[in-house]
Amino acid sequence: MSAATKSRGFVGVVTPQDMTFDVPLELRSGAVMPAYTLRYETYGTLNETRTNAVLVCHALNASHHVAGMYADDPKNIGWWDNLIGPGKPVDTDRFFVIGVNNLGGCHGSTGPASRNPATGRPWGADFPLVTVEDWVEAQRRLADRLGIERFAAVVGGSLGAMQALQWSISFPDRVRNALVIAAAPRLSAQNIAFNEVARQAIMTDPDYHGGDYYAHDVVPRRGLRLARMLGHITYLSDDSMAEKFGRDLREGKLNFGFDVEFEIESYLRYQGDKFSTYFDANTYLRITKALDYFDPAMAHGGDLAAALAPATAGFLVISFTSDWRFPPSRSREIVKALLDNSHDVSYAEIDAPHGHDAFLMDDPRYHGVIAAYMGNIAT
Amino acid sequence: MSAPLTGSRPDFATIAQWVAEGARVLDLGCGDGTLLRFLRDTRNATGYGVDISDENVLASVGNGVNVIQSDLEAGLSGFESGSFDYVILSQTLQAMKHTERLLNEILRVGREGIVTFPNFGYWRVRAQLVAGRMPVSRELPYQWYDTPNIHLFTIRDFETFCRGHALRILDRVVLTDGQPVSVAPNLFGSLAFYRLDHAPGANPIQP
Repeated sequence: MSAATKSRGFVGVVTPQDMTFDVPLELRSGAVMPAYTLRYETYGTLNETRTNAVLVCHALNASHHVAGMYADDPKNIGWWDNLIGPGKPVDTDRFFVIGVNNLGGCHGSTGPASRNPATGRPWGADFPLVTVEDWVEAQRRLADRLGIERFAAVVGGSLGAMQALQWSISFPDRVRNALVIAAAPRLSAQNIAFNEVARQAIMTDPDYHGGDYYAHDVVPRRGLRLARMLGHITYLSDDSMAEKFGRDLREGKLNFGFDVEFEIESYLRYQGDKFSTYFDANTYLRITKALDYFDPAMAHGGDLAAALAPATAGFLVISFTSDWRFPPSRSREIVKALLDNSHDVSYAEIDAPHGHDAFLMDDPRYHGVIAAYMGNIAT
Repeated sequence: MSAPLTGSRPDFATIAQWVAEGARVLDLGCGDGTLLRFLRDTRNATGYGVDISDENVLASVGNGVNVIQSDLEAGLSGFESGSFDYVILSQTLQAMKHTERLLNEILRVGREGIVTFPNFGYWRVRAQLVAGRMPVSRELPYQWYDTPNIHLFTIRDFETFCRGHALRILDRVVLTDGQPVSVAPNLFGSLAFYRLDHAPGANPIQP
Protein backbone atom coordinates (compact mmCIF):
# COMPACT_ATOMS: atom_id res chain seq x y z
CA MET A 1 0.00 0.00 0.00
CA SER A 2 1.46 3.38 -0.95
CA ALA A 3 1.73 6.29 1.43
CA ALA A 4 -0.89 8.19 -0.59
CA THR A 5 -3.61 5.54 -0.21
CA LYS A 6 -2.73 5.16 3.44
CA SER A 7 -3.31 8.75 4.40
CA ARG A 8 -6.83 9.02 2.97
CA GLY A 9 -9.34 7.01 4.98
CA PHE A 10 -6.62 5.26 6.89
CA VAL A 11 -6.84 5.01 10.67
CA GLY A 12 -3.05 5.06 10.84
CA VAL A 13 -0.96 3.59 13.63
CA VAL A 14 -2.92 1.56 16.15
CA THR A 15 -1.99 -0.07 19.43
CA PRO A 16 -3.65 -3.20 20.76
CA GLN A 17 -4.84 -3.24 24.35
CA ASP A 18 -5.49 -6.02 26.84
CA MET A 19 -8.41 -6.36 29.24
CA THR A 20 -8.20 -8.99 31.95
CA PHE A 21 -11.28 -10.59 33.49
CA ASP A 22 -11.21 -12.47 36.77
CA VAL A 23 -14.89 -13.28 37.12
CA PRO A 24 -15.09 -16.94 36.00
CA LEU A 25 -16.80 -17.50 32.67
CA GLU A 26 -18.97 -20.59 32.46
CA LEU A 27 -18.88 -21.92 28.93
CA ARG A 28 -21.64 -23.66 27.01
CA SER A 29 -19.74 -26.95 27.42
CA GLY A 30 -19.98 -26.61 31.19
CA ALA A 31 -16.25 -25.90 31.53
CA VAL A 32 -15.25 -22.74 33.39
CA MET A 33 -12.57 -20.22 32.44
CA PRO A 34 -11.42 -18.92 35.84
CA ALA A 35 -9.78 -15.82 34.37
CA TYR A 36 -8.85 -14.67 30.92
CA THR A 37 -7.52 -11.80 28.87
CA LEU A 38 -9.03 -10.33 25.71
CA ARG A 39 -6.87 -8.36 23.32
CA TYR A 40 -8.65 -5.64 21.39
CA GLU A 41 -8.13 -2.52 19.29
CA THR A 42 -10.26 0.57 18.88
CA TYR A 43 -10.56 3.16 16.13
CA GLY A 44 -12.36 6.48 16.30
CA THR A 45 -13.69 8.10 19.46
CA LEU A 46 -16.44 6.95 21.79
CA ASN A 47 -18.92 9.82 22.01
CA GLU A 48 -20.13 11.25 25.31
CA THR A 49 -23.43 9.38 25.24
CA ARG A 50 -21.59 6.18 24.24
CA THR A 51 -24.01 5.52 21.44
CA ASN A 52 -21.60 5.25 18.53
CA ALA A 53 -19.80 1.99 19.30
CA VAL A 54 -19.47 -0.66 16.60
CA LEU A 55 -18.16 -4.15 17.36
CA VAL A 56 -16.40 -6.02 14.56
CA CYS A 57 -16.30 -9.79 15.03
CA HIS A 58 -13.64 -11.83 13.30
CA ALA A 59 -13.87 -15.06 11.34
CA LEU A 60 -11.68 -18.14 11.38
CA ASN A 61 -8.13 -16.91 10.97
CA ALA A 62 -8.40 -13.17 11.66
CA SER A 63 -7.94 -11.19 14.84
CA HIS A 64 -8.58 -7.97 16.72
CA HIS A 65 -6.36 -6.17 14.18
CA VAL A 66 -9.21 -4.97 11.97
CA ALA A 67 -7.82 -1.67 10.66
CA GLY A 68 -4.71 0.45 10.66
CA MET A 69 -1.09 -0.64 11.05
CA TYR A 70 1.46 -1.13 13.78
CA ALA A 71 4.28 1.35 14.28
CA ASP A 72 6.84 -1.46 14.47
CA ASP A 73 5.22 -3.48 11.68
CA PRO A 74 3.83 -1.11 9.05
CA LYS A 75 3.13 -3.94 6.59
CA ASN A 76 0.68 -5.54 9.01
CA ILE A 77 -2.52 -3.81 7.85
CA GLY A 78 -5.80 -4.71 9.58
CA TRP A 79 -7.81 -7.42 7.84
CA TRP A 80 -10.87 -5.23 7.15
CA ASP A 81 -8.99 -1.99 6.57
CA ASN A 82 -10.74 -1.43 3.22
CA LEU A 83 -14.06 -1.13 5.07
CA ILE A 84 -13.13 0.72 8.23
CA GLY A 85 -11.56 4.15 8.56
CA PRO A 86 -12.25 7.86 8.27
CA GLY A 87 -14.77 8.37 5.45
CA LYS A 88 -14.96 4.64 4.77
CA PRO A 89 -18.23 2.63 4.83
CA VAL A 90 -17.76 2.04 8.56
CA ASP A 91 -16.71 5.62 9.17
CA THR A 92 -14.40 6.09 12.15
CA ASP A 93 -15.12 9.83 12.03
CA ARG A 94 -18.62 8.89 13.24
CA PHE A 95 -18.22 5.51 14.90
CA PHE A 96 -16.04 4.10 17.66
CA VAL A 97 -15.02 0.74 16.26
CA ILE A 98 -13.79 -2.18 18.36
CA GLY A 99 -12.01 -5.28 17.11
CA VAL A 100 -11.48 -8.11 19.59
CA ASN A 101 -9.54 -11.37 19.44
CA ASN A 102 -11.88 -14.09 20.62
CA LEU A 103 -11.35 -16.32 23.62
CA GLY A 104 -9.35 -19.36 22.53
CA GLY A 105 -7.56 -17.31 19.89
CA CYS A 106 -3.87 -17.08 19.21
CA HIS A 107 -3.39 -13.34 18.72
CA GLY A 108 -3.11 -12.17 22.30
CA SER A 109 -6.33 -13.27 23.95
CA THR A 110 -6.25 -16.24 26.29
CA GLY A 111 -6.05 -19.41 24.25
CA PRO A 112 -4.62 -22.92 24.17
CA ALA A 113 -1.05 -21.61 23.99
CA SER A 114 -1.54 -19.42 27.08
CA ARG A 115 -0.35 -20.50 30.50
CA ASN A 116 -2.88 -22.55 32.45
CA PRO A 117 -2.73 -21.08 36.00
CA ALA A 118 -3.58 -24.49 37.45
CA THR A 119 -0.51 -26.18 35.99
CA GLY A 120 1.83 -23.36 35.06
CA ARG A 121 2.14 -24.91 31.60
CA PRO A 122 0.34 -24.07 28.35
CA TRP A 123 -3.32 -25.14 28.33
CA GLY A 124 -2.86 -27.26 25.21
CA ALA A 125 -5.39 -30.08 25.02
CA ASP A 126 -6.97 -28.93 28.30
CA PHE A 127 -8.20 -25.66 26.84
CA PRO A 128 -11.99 -26.04 26.68
CA LEU A 129 -14.05 -25.96 23.50
CA VAL A 130 -15.55 -22.51 23.04
CA THR A 131 -18.70 -21.61 21.15
CA VAL A 132 -20.11 -18.56 19.39
CA GLU A 133 -22.35 -18.02 22.45
CA ASP A 134 -19.27 -18.06 24.71
CA TRP A 135 -17.48 -15.51 22.53
CA VAL A 136 -20.49 -13.23 22.54
CA GLU A 137 -20.72 -13.46 26.32
CA ALA A 138 -17.01 -12.60 26.60
CA GLN A 139 -17.48 -9.68 24.20
CA ARG A 140 -20.44 -8.51 26.29
CA ARG A 141 -18.20 -8.36 29.35
CA LEU A 142 -15.67 -6.32 27.38
CA ALA A 143 -18.48 -3.95 26.37
CA ASP A 144 -19.46 -3.62 30.04
CA ARG A 145 -15.92 -2.69 30.98
CA LEU A 146 -15.71 -0.16 28.15
CA GLY A 147 -18.98 1.38 29.36
CA ILE A 148 -20.91 0.50 26.19
CA GLU A 149 -24.50 -0.33 27.03
CA ARG A 150 -25.70 -0.67 23.47
CA PHE A 151 -23.78 -1.09 20.24
CA ALA A 152 -24.83 1.04 17.29
CA ALA A 153 -23.94 -2.04 15.26
CA VAL A 154 -22.31 -5.44 15.53
CA VAL A 155 -20.65 -6.34 12.23
CA GLY A 156 -19.18 -9.58 10.99
CA GLY A 157 -18.50 -11.73 7.94
CA SER A 158 -18.70 -15.53 7.86
CA LEU A 159 -18.08 -16.81 11.42
CA GLY A 160 -18.04 -13.14 12.46
CA ALA A 161 -21.55 -12.79 11.06
CA MET A 162 -22.66 -15.69 13.23
CA GLN A 163 -21.47 -13.71 16.24
CA ALA A 164 -23.44 -10.67 15.07
CA LEU A 165 -26.51 -12.89 14.73
CA GLN A 166 -25.90 -14.39 18.18
CA TRP A 167 -25.56 -10.91 19.69
CA SER A 168 -29.03 -10.03 18.42
CA ILE A 169 -30.41 -13.17 20.10
CA SER A 170 -28.39 -13.22 23.35
CA PHE A 171 -28.50 -9.49 24.06
CA PRO A 172 -31.33 -7.93 22.04
CA ASP A 173 -31.28 -4.76 24.13
CA ARG A 174 -27.60 -4.20 23.52
CA VAL A 175 -27.40 -4.13 19.73
CA ARG A 176 -29.24 -1.64 17.54
CA ASN A 177 -28.10 -3.11 14.23
CA ALA A 178 -26.54 -6.37 13.10
CA LEU A 179 -24.63 -6.60 9.83
CA VAL A 180 -24.64 -10.27 8.88
CA ILE A 181 -22.35 -10.81 5.88
CA ALA A 182 -21.60 -14.05 3.98
CA ALA A 183 -23.24 -16.06 6.73
CA ALA A 184 -25.14 -19.26 7.30
CA PRO A 185 -27.59 -19.91 10.15
CA ARG A 186 -25.86 -23.26 10.71
CA LEU A 187 -23.27 -25.32 8.90
CA SER A 188 -24.33 -27.87 6.31
CA ALA A 189 -23.06 -31.46 6.42
CA GLN A 190 -20.64 -30.49 3.64
CA ASN A 191 -19.33 -27.53 5.67
CA ILE A 192 -18.77 -29.78 8.68
CA ALA A 193 -17.13 -32.37 6.45
CA PHE A 194 -14.52 -29.85 5.27
CA ASN A 195 -13.87 -28.84 8.88
CA GLU A 196 -13.44 -32.46 9.91
CA VAL A 197 -10.87 -33.11 7.18
CA ALA A 198 -8.97 -30.02 8.36
CA ARG A 199 -9.06 -31.25 11.96
CA GLN A 200 -7.94 -34.72 10.97
CA ALA A 201 -5.03 -33.23 9.06
CA ILE A 202 -3.89 -31.50 12.25
CA MET A 203 -4.65 -34.28 14.71
CA THR A 204 -2.94 -37.01 12.68
CA ASP A 205 0.23 -34.94 12.34
CA PRO A 206 2.88 -36.76 14.42
CA ASP A 207 3.87 -33.40 15.87
CA TYR A 208 0.37 -32.86 17.31
CA HIS A 209 1.09 -34.91 20.46
CA GLY A 210 -2.56 -35.02 21.47
CA GLY A 211 -2.65 -31.22 21.52
CA ASP A 212 0.28 -30.82 23.96
CA TYR A 213 2.88 -30.11 21.31
CA TYR A 214 4.10 -27.00 23.15
CA ALA A 215 5.84 -29.26 25.70
CA HIS A 216 7.68 -30.98 22.86
CA ASP A 217 8.71 -27.67 21.37
CA VAL A 218 7.17 -28.57 18.01
CA VAL A 219 4.15 -27.44 15.99
CA PRO A 220 1.94 -29.73 13.85
CA ARG A 221 2.94 -27.66 10.88
CA ARG A 222 2.13 -30.18 8.19
CA GLY A 223 -1.40 -30.66 9.47
CA LEU A 224 -1.99 -26.95 9.85
CA ARG A 225 -0.67 -26.39 6.36
CA LEU A 226 -3.03 -28.96 4.88
CA ALA A 227 -5.95 -27.54 6.85
CA ARG A 228 -5.23 -24.10 5.48
CA MET A 229 -4.82 -25.32 1.91
CA LEU A 230 -8.16 -27.12 2.11
CA GLY A 231 -9.84 -24.10 3.69
CA HIS A 232 -8.48 -21.82 1.02
CA ILE A 233 -10.08 -23.87 -1.74
CA THR A 234 -13.46 -23.35 -0.10
CA TYR A 235 -12.94 -19.59 0.22
CA LEU A 236 -12.39 -19.07 -3.51
CA SER A 237 -14.76 -19.71 -6.38
CA ASP A 238 -13.99 -21.96 -9.33
CA ASP A 239 -14.20 -18.88 -11.54
CA SER A 240 -11.84 -16.77 -9.46
CA MET A 241 -9.31 -19.63 -9.35
CA ALA A 242 -9.61 -20.04 -13.11
CA GLU A 243 -9.18 -16.30 -13.55
CA LYS A 244 -6.22 -16.03 -11.19
CA PHE A 245 -4.35 -19.25 -11.98
CA GLY A 246 -6.08 -21.20 -14.72
CA ARG A 247 -3.84 -24.10 -15.67
CA ASP A 248 -0.78 -21.88 -15.74
CA LEU A 249 2.49 -23.73 -15.25
CA ARG A 250 5.29 -22.28 -13.16
CA GLU A 251 8.01 -23.23 -15.60
CA GLY A 252 5.86 -23.25 -18.71
CA LYS A 253 6.21 -27.00 -19.13
CA LEU A 254 5.32 -30.28 -17.46
CA ASN A 255 8.12 -31.76 -15.35
CA PHE A 256 6.57 -35.17 -14.75
CA GLY A 257 7.21 -34.95 -11.03
CA PHE A 258 5.53 -33.98 -7.77
CA ASP A 259 7.15 -30.64 -7.15
CA VAL A 260 5.13 -27.52 -7.82
CA GLU A 261 4.07 -27.44 -11.46
CA PHE A 262 0.76 -25.58 -11.63
CA GLU A 263 0.50 -22.04 -10.25
CA ILE A 264 -2.47 -23.03 -8.10
CA GLU A 265 -0.27 -25.59 -6.34
CA SER A 266 2.31 -22.94 -5.66
CA TYR A 267 -0.34 -20.57 -4.31
CA LEU A 268 -1.88 -23.14 -1.96
CA ARG A 269 1.51 -24.27 -0.67
CA TYR A 270 2.53 -20.67 -0.06
CA GLN A 271 -0.70 -19.92 1.81
CA GLY A 272 -0.37 -23.11 3.84
CA ASP A 273 3.28 -22.48 4.71
CA LYS A 274 2.62 -18.89 5.73
CA PHE A 275 -0.35 -19.81 7.87
CA SER A 276 1.46 -22.63 9.66
CA THR A 277 4.12 -20.21 10.90
CA TYR A 278 1.76 -17.95 12.82
CA PHE A 279 -1.48 -19.76 13.61
CA ASP A 280 -1.96 -22.08 16.56
CA ALA A 281 -3.26 -25.54 15.65
CA ASN A 282 -5.29 -25.88 18.85
CA THR A 283 -7.00 -22.57 18.10
CA TYR A 284 -7.78 -23.77 14.59
CA LEU A 285 -9.33 -26.95 15.93
CA ARG A 286 -11.49 -25.04 18.38
CA ILE A 287 -12.66 -22.41 15.92
CA THR A 288 -13.77 -25.06 13.43
CA LYS A 289 -15.71 -26.71 16.27
CA ALA A 290 -17.35 -23.39 17.15
CA LEU A 291 -18.45 -23.17 13.51
CA ASP A 292 -19.83 -26.72 13.58
CA TYR A 293 -21.71 -26.14 16.83
CA PHE A 294 -23.34 -22.84 15.83
CA ASP A 295 -27.05 -23.51 15.36
CA PRO A 296 -29.32 -21.06 17.17
CA ALA A 297 -32.38 -22.89 15.85
CA MET A 298 -31.40 -26.15 17.56
CA ALA A 299 -32.88 -25.10 20.90
CA HIS A 300 -36.15 -24.35 19.07
CA GLY A 301 -36.62 -27.65 17.29
CA GLY A 302 -34.88 -26.33 14.18
CA ASP A 303 -37.13 -23.26 13.96
CA LEU A 304 -34.79 -20.38 13.11
CA ALA A 305 -37.63 -17.85 13.22
CA ALA A 306 -38.35 -18.87 16.82
CA ALA A 307 -34.63 -18.49 17.63
CA LEU A 308 -34.61 -14.96 16.20
CA ALA A 309 -37.89 -13.93 17.80
CA PRO A 310 -36.22 -12.07 20.71
CA ALA A 311 -34.10 -9.92 18.39
CA THR A 312 -34.94 -6.21 18.22
CA ALA A 313 -32.04 -5.04 16.05
CA GLY A 314 -32.29 -3.85 12.50
CA PHE A 315 -30.51 -6.27 10.18
CA LEU A 316 -28.48 -5.88 7.04
CA VAL A 317 -27.85 -9.28 5.46
CA ILE A 318 -25.44 -9.52 2.53
CA SER A 319 -24.45 -12.56 0.46
CA PHE A 320 -22.30 -13.11 -2.61
CA THR A 321 -23.47 -15.05 -5.65
CA SER A 322 -20.20 -16.98 -6.15
CA ASP A 323 -19.87 -17.99 -2.47
CA TRP A 324 -20.34 -21.77 -2.46
CA ARG A 325 -19.24 -22.18 1.15
CA PHE A 326 -22.15 -20.09 2.47
CA PRO A 327 -24.16 -19.44 -0.71
CA PRO A 328 -26.97 -16.85 -0.96
CA SER A 329 -29.57 -19.54 -0.20
CA ARG A 330 -28.12 -19.76 3.34
CA SER A 331 -28.45 -16.00 3.84
CA ARG A 332 -31.99 -16.18 2.52
CA GLU A 333 -32.78 -18.65 5.31
CA ILE A 334 -31.76 -15.94 7.77
CA VAL A 335 -33.75 -13.29 5.89
CA LYS A 336 -36.83 -15.54 5.83
CA ALA A 337 -36.62 -16.09 9.59
CA LEU A 338 -36.33 -12.33 10.15
CA LEU A 339 -39.26 -11.61 7.81
CA ASP A 340 -41.36 -14.20 9.64
CA ASN A 341 -40.77 -12.14 12.79
CA SER A 342 -41.50 -8.83 11.01
CA HIS A 343 -38.05 -7.67 12.06
CA ASP A 344 -36.42 -4.79 10.21
CA VAL A 345 -34.16 -6.32 7.57
CA SER A 346 -32.58 -5.40 4.29
CA TYR A 347 -30.93 -7.99 2.10
CA ALA A 348 -28.43 -7.46 -0.71
CA GLU A 349 -27.19 -10.25 -2.95
CA ILE A 350 -23.94 -9.05 -4.49
CA ASP A 351 -22.98 -10.47 -7.86
CA ALA A 352 -19.27 -10.84 -7.11
CA PRO A 353 -16.86 -13.43 -8.53
CA HIS A 354 -14.57 -13.94 -5.53
CA GLY A 355 -16.38 -16.71 -3.69
CA HIS A 356 -16.63 -16.65 0.11
CA ASP A 357 -13.64 -14.28 0.32
CA ALA A 358 -15.73 -11.61 -1.43
CA PHE A 359 -16.69 -10.27 1.99
CA LEU A 360 -13.09 -9.12 2.42
CA MET A 361 -12.89 -7.45 -1.00
CA ASP A 362 -13.31 -3.82 -1.91
CA ASP A 363 -16.38 -4.10 -4.16
CA PRO A 364 -18.19 -0.78 -4.76
CA ARG A 365 -21.70 -2.33 -4.74
CA TYR A 366 -21.00 -4.23 -1.53
CA HIS A 367 -19.29 -1.35 0.24
CA GLY A 368 -21.91 1.05 -1.12
CA VAL A 369 -24.73 -0.84 0.61
CA ILE A 370 -22.81 -0.92 3.90
CA ALA A 371 -22.01 2.78 3.64
CA ALA A 372 -25.69 3.61 2.95
CA TYR A 373 -26.86 1.45 5.85
CA MET A 374 -24.29 2.74 8.33
CA GLY A 375 -25.01 6.30 7.17
CA ASN A 376 -28.59 5.97 8.43
CA ILE A 377 -27.57 4.78 11.88
CA ALA A 378 -27.94 7.68 14.29
CA THR A 379 -25.09 8.26 16.67
CA MET B 1 -29.18 10.77 6.63
CA SER B 2 -32.16 10.34 4.35
CA ALA B 3 -33.11 13.25 2.15
CA PRO B 4 -36.46 14.94 2.94
CA LEU B 5 -39.44 14.04 0.78
CA THR B 6 -40.27 16.62 -1.81
CA GLY B 7 -44.04 17.00 -1.76
CA SER B 8 -46.53 14.21 -2.34
CA ARG B 9 -46.77 12.78 -5.82
CA PRO B 10 -50.37 12.18 -6.97
CA ASP B 11 -49.68 8.50 -7.62
CA PHE B 12 -48.27 8.09 -4.10
CA ALA B 13 -51.26 9.92 -2.60
CA THR B 14 -53.66 7.68 -4.54
CA ILE B 15 -52.04 4.56 -3.12
CA ALA B 16 -51.72 6.05 0.36
CA GLN B 17 -55.45 6.80 0.62
CA TRP B 18 -56.13 3.04 0.43
CA VAL B 19 -53.51 2.11 3.02
CA ALA B 20 -54.86 1.95 6.56
CA GLU B 21 -52.96 3.61 9.38
CA GLY B 22 -50.19 1.36 10.69
CA ALA B 23 -50.67 -1.24 7.95
CA ARG B 24 -48.08 -3.80 6.93
CA VAL B 25 -47.14 -3.39 3.28
CA LEU B 26 -44.96 -5.18 0.78
CA ASP B 27 -43.90 -3.06 -2.19
CA LEU B 28 -42.88 -5.22 -5.15
CA GLY B 29 -40.49 -3.53 -7.54
CA CYS B 30 -39.96 -0.83 -4.94
CA GLY B 31 -37.42 1.19 -6.95
CA ASP B 32 -35.56 3.63 -4.73
CA GLY B 33 -37.98 3.06 -1.84
CA THR B 34 -39.63 6.50 -1.89
CA LEU B 35 -43.17 5.07 -1.97
CA LEU B 36 -42.45 2.95 1.10
CA ARG B 37 -40.94 5.95 2.82
CA PHE B 38 -43.99 8.00 1.90
CA LEU B 39 -46.31 5.33 3.33
CA ARG B 40 -44.19 5.12 6.47
CA ASP B 41 -44.19 8.88 6.95
CA THR B 42 -47.86 9.49 6.09
CA ARG B 43 -49.59 6.24 7.17
CA ASN B 44 -47.17 4.83 9.77
CA ALA B 45 -46.95 1.81 7.52
CA THR B 46 -44.25 -0.79 8.10
CA GLY B 47 -42.94 -3.43 5.75
CA TYR B 48 -40.50 -4.16 3.00
CA GLY B 49 -39.64 -3.38 -0.56
CA VAL B 50 -38.51 -5.97 -3.03
CA ASP B 51 -36.31 -5.14 -5.99
CA ILE B 52 -33.87 -6.99 -8.21
CA SER B 53 -31.53 -4.17 -9.22
CA ASP B 54 -28.35 -3.28 -7.32
CA GLU B 55 -28.97 0.45 -7.83
CA ASN B 56 -32.49 0.29 -6.39
CA VAL B 57 -31.42 -1.82 -3.42
CA LEU B 58 -28.66 0.68 -2.66
CA ALA B 59 -31.05 3.64 -3.04
CA SER B 60 -33.68 1.98 -0.83
CA VAL B 61 -31.12 1.25 1.90
CA GLY B 62 -30.04 4.88 1.60
CA ASN B 63 -33.69 5.92 1.96
CA GLY B 64 -33.81 4.05 5.25
CA VAL B 65 -36.45 1.51 4.21
CA ASN B 66 -36.25 -2.27 4.41
CA VAL B 67 -35.49 -3.79 1.03
CA ILE B 68 -35.01 -7.39 -0.02
CA GLN B 69 -33.01 -8.01 -3.19
CA SER B 70 -34.94 -10.68 -5.03
CA ASP B 71 -36.34 -11.61 -8.43
CA LEU B 72 -40.13 -11.29 -8.49
CA GLU B 73 -40.28 -13.74 -11.38
CA ALA B 74 -39.10 -16.40 -8.94
CA GLY B 75 -42.21 -15.83 -6.81
CA LEU B 76 -42.57 -14.72 -3.20
CA SER B 77 -41.56 -17.93 -1.47
CA GLY B 78 -39.64 -15.92 1.13
CA PHE B 79 -42.91 -14.46 2.42
CA GLU B 80 -45.51 -16.28 4.47
CA SER B 81 -49.15 -16.40 3.38
CA GLY B 82 -51.28 -13.57 4.72
CA SER B 83 -48.30 -11.76 6.25
CA PHE B 84 -49.16 -8.32 4.80
CA ASP B 85 -52.22 -6.09 4.74
CA TYR B 86 -51.35 -4.81 1.28
CA VAL B 87 -49.02 -5.99 -1.42
CA ILE B 88 -48.28 -3.18 -3.85
CA LEU B 89 -47.23 -3.65 -7.44
CA SER B 90 -46.67 -0.14 -8.74
CA GLN B 91 -46.12 0.17 -12.49
CA THR B 92 -44.35 -3.17 -12.58
CA LEU B 93 -46.93 -5.70 -13.84
CA GLN B 94 -46.35 -4.75 -17.47
CA ALA B 95 -42.69 -5.76 -17.11
CA MET B 96 -43.36 -9.19 -15.63
CA LYS B 97 -43.19 -12.46 -17.52
CA HIS B 98 -45.43 -14.53 -15.21
CA THR B 99 -48.45 -12.24 -14.81
CA GLU B 100 -50.90 -14.80 -13.47
CA ARG B 101 -48.47 -16.40 -11.05
CA LEU B 102 -47.43 -13.03 -9.64
CA LEU B 103 -51.01 -11.83 -9.07
CA ASN B 104 -51.72 -15.14 -7.37
CA GLU B 105 -48.68 -14.68 -5.14
CA ILE B 106 -49.70 -11.11 -4.31
CA LEU B 107 -53.04 -12.26 -2.97
CA ARG B 108 -51.50 -15.22 -1.19
CA VAL B 109 -49.06 -13.03 0.73
CA GLY B 110 -51.32 -9.99 1.13
CA ARG B 111 -54.88 -9.53 2.28
CA GLU B 112 -55.35 -7.07 -0.58
CA GLY B 113 -53.34 -6.17 -3.64
CA ILE B 114 -52.76 -2.66 -4.98
CA VAL B 115 -51.82 -2.77 -8.66
CA THR B 116 -51.01 0.25 -10.79
CA PHE B 117 -50.08 0.32 -14.47
CA PRO B 118 -49.77 2.62 -17.49
CA ASN B 119 -52.97 2.36 -19.55
CA PHE B 120 -52.12 1.30 -23.09
CA GLY B 121 -55.62 2.41 -24.15
CA TYR B 122 -54.85 6.09 -23.40
CA TRP B 123 -55.65 8.19 -26.44
CA ARG B 124 -52.15 9.61 -26.77
CA VAL B 125 -50.82 6.06 -26.86
CA ARG B 126 -53.42 5.11 -29.43
CA ALA B 127 -52.59 8.21 -31.49
CA GLN B 128 -48.93 7.27 -31.69
CA LEU B 129 -49.87 3.77 -32.81
CA VAL B 130 -52.23 5.22 -35.43
CA ALA B 131 -49.33 7.38 -36.60
CA GLY B 132 -47.41 4.16 -37.03
CA ARG B 133 -44.99 4.49 -34.09
CA MET B 134 -44.58 2.57 -30.86
CA PRO B 135 -45.82 4.88 -28.10
CA VAL B 136 -43.39 6.82 -25.92
CA SER B 137 -44.81 8.83 -23.03
CA ARG B 138 -44.12 9.82 -19.42
CA GLU B 139 -45.55 6.51 -18.22
CA LEU B 140 -43.94 4.57 -21.06
CA PRO B 141 -40.60 6.35 -21.44
CA TYR B 142 -38.77 3.62 -23.35
CA GLN B 143 -38.03 3.02 -27.00
CA TRP B 144 -39.30 -0.23 -28.50
CA TYR B 145 -35.78 -1.69 -28.48
CA ASP B 146 -34.87 -0.97 -24.87
CA THR B 147 -38.19 -1.29 -23.05
CA PRO B 148 -38.50 -3.64 -20.08
CA ASN B 149 -42.27 -3.66 -20.72
CA ILE B 150 -43.26 -6.96 -22.27
CA HIS B 151 -46.96 -7.14 -21.33
CA LEU B 152 -48.62 -3.85 -22.21
CA PHE B 153 -52.37 -3.78 -21.63
CA THR B 154 -55.37 -1.51 -21.27
CA ILE B 155 -57.81 -0.81 -18.47
CA ARG B 156 -60.40 -2.92 -20.29
CA ASP B 157 -57.89 -5.78 -20.67
CA PHE B 158 -57.13 -5.73 -16.97
CA GLU B 159 -60.76 -5.72 -15.88
CA THR B 160 -61.52 -8.59 -18.24
CA PHE B 161 -58.55 -10.43 -16.76
CA CYS B 162 -59.82 -9.83 -13.21
CA ARG B 163 -63.30 -11.18 -14.07
CA GLY B 164 -61.78 -14.25 -15.70
CA HIS B 165 -59.49 -14.92 -12.72
CA ALA B 166 -61.93 -14.38 -9.84
CA LEU B 167 -60.21 -11.18 -8.73
CA ARG B 168 -62.56 -8.69 -7.07
CA ILE B 169 -61.96 -5.02 -7.82
CA LEU B 170 -62.50 -3.13 -4.56
CA ASP B 171 -61.47 0.30 -5.82
CA ARG B 172 -60.29 1.95 -8.98
CA VAL B 173 -58.72 5.35 -9.64
CA VAL B 174 -57.61 6.56 -13.06
CA LEU B 175 -55.34 9.59 -13.42
CA THR B 176 -54.02 11.74 -16.21
CA ASP B 177 -51.40 14.33 -15.32
CA GLY B 178 -52.25 13.72 -11.68
CA GLN B 179 -55.95 14.55 -12.17
CA PRO B 180 -58.74 11.98 -11.74
CA VAL B 181 -60.47 10.83 -14.92
CA SER B 182 -64.10 9.70 -14.71
CA VAL B 183 -65.32 9.90 -18.31
CA ALA B 184 -64.18 7.05 -20.60
CA PRO B 185 -61.12 6.21 -18.46
CA ASN B 186 -59.79 3.63 -20.91
CA LEU B 187 -59.48 6.43 -23.48
CA PHE B 188 -58.62 9.43 -21.32
CA GLY B 189 -56.67 7.86 -18.45
CA SER B 190 -52.92 7.38 -18.56
CA LEU B 191 -52.35 5.68 -15.21
CA ALA B 192 -54.67 3.14 -13.55
CA PHE B 193 -54.83 2.15 -9.87
CA TYR B 194 -56.67 -0.89 -8.55
CA ARG B 195 -57.28 -2.32 -5.12
CA LEU B 196 -58.04 -6.03 -5.38
CA ASP B 197 -58.78 -9.13 -3.39
CA HIS B 198 -59.95 -12.62 -4.17
CA ALA B 199 -63.63 -12.82 -5.13
CA PRO B 200 -65.43 -14.50 -2.18
CA GLY B 201 -65.36 -18.27 -2.47
CA ALA B 202 -62.94 -18.11 -5.38
CA ASN B 203 -60.08 -20.51 -5.81
CA PRO B 204 -56.63 -19.09 -6.39
CA ILE B 205 -55.74 -18.35 -9.98
CA GLN B 206 -54.66 -21.45 -11.86
CA PRO B 207 -51.69 -20.37 -13.95
